[in-house]
Amino acid sequence: MLILFYSLLIFCVVGSIIAIEIRNILASVIAAGAVGMALSILFLFLGAPDIAITQVVVEIICLIVLIRSTVSLDNTSITKHRDTFAILSSLIFFGLFLVFAFMAFQGLPKFGEPLMRVSSYYVENSTRQTGASNIIMGIILDYRAYDTLGEATVIFTSILGAFVVLRAKGKKRKEEFDQVKVGIPEKEDLPKALVEAEE
Amino acid sequence: MEGMTFIVKTITRLLIGAIFLFGIYITFYGHLTPGGGFAGGIIIACGYILITLAFGKKVSLGKLSDFWASLIDNIGALSFWLIGILGYTGGYFFMNFIEKAKPFGLFSSGTIFAINIAICIKVAASIFAVFLALTIFGKFISDMIASEDED
Repeated sequence: MLILFYSLLIFCVVGSIIAIEIRNILASVIAAGAVGMALSILFLFLGAPDIAITQVVVEIICLIVLIRSTVSLDNTSITKHRDTFAILSSLIFFGLFLVFAFMAFQGLPKFGEPLMRVSSYYVENSTRQTGASNIIMGIILDYRAYDTLGEATVIFTSILGAFVVLRAKGKKRKEEFDQVKVGIPEKEDLPKALVEAEE
Repeated sequence: MEGMTFIVKTITRLLIGAIFLFGIYITFYGHLTPGGGFAGGIIIACGYILITLAFGKKVSLGKLSDFWASLIDNIGALSFWLIGILGYTGGYFFMNFIEKAKPFGLFSSGTIFAINIAICIKVAASIFAVFLALTIFGKFISDMIASEDED
């Protein structure tokens, strides 16, 4: 079982590298989706079915949205050479990160054996105090409901922002008279880069 | 004829009820089994996205337009906040003020059930709204240029 776990882990790492390095943007999106699916199976192995379900559904949504919004501009590819200084500095900082992470991880408790102080309290009292037999729901919507409110606010604000920014173009579509009232810009008046990007 | 082929439309017509039912089940049983409001809401949004992809934008906008999607998003967020405010009737913010029944029942967990439904409504509407914004409204300028070319 542990072999399967580690092979999935290696699959995740390889898939991420492919998603970054491949030239075709559609293939990159599909590689990222494969990594997400493998990650959801990893969550199942770690005994977190809640996170696994959320990961699967979010991954499907991300895949659909990314494919729908990138499939029309799949000719984006990098042709020029990369910056040597950027590669060198990122390699140095990655090495530094590995060294310090190795030193820091010596002090952590062993994998799978967390310090059960707060969590043991939850495990013992959650079902009695909140009435929810799914302890995770009892924690995130009762003990830690304030955190969840903040999380929901973040989602709400980000989606509101995205909706407003993207909607600015589509707002005029409903009325036919806009061309007379406001004056939709002619094709020549549009910014040149925009027209080229759309074509 | 907008949308995808006849096969996709038929399969969508057969499956769409089951998808919505599964999303509602995941939401309502969030405090008993793995799942919860977030996952259930995204499954319901997936159902709407499937309608959009299979039947085209006219059908899906007829079922849930962008205006109503953003309105329902706001209603879900406000009701989540309102449940937290109602906790003051029992003492403090987000107090679980409803009487708790025996565990493993559907209405056993007080406000957790209500919060799950509020999150489900919020997430379903907002994810569908952002899908509309990304796929349909983004095509506006290109459609405009195309229609001018036809003229």
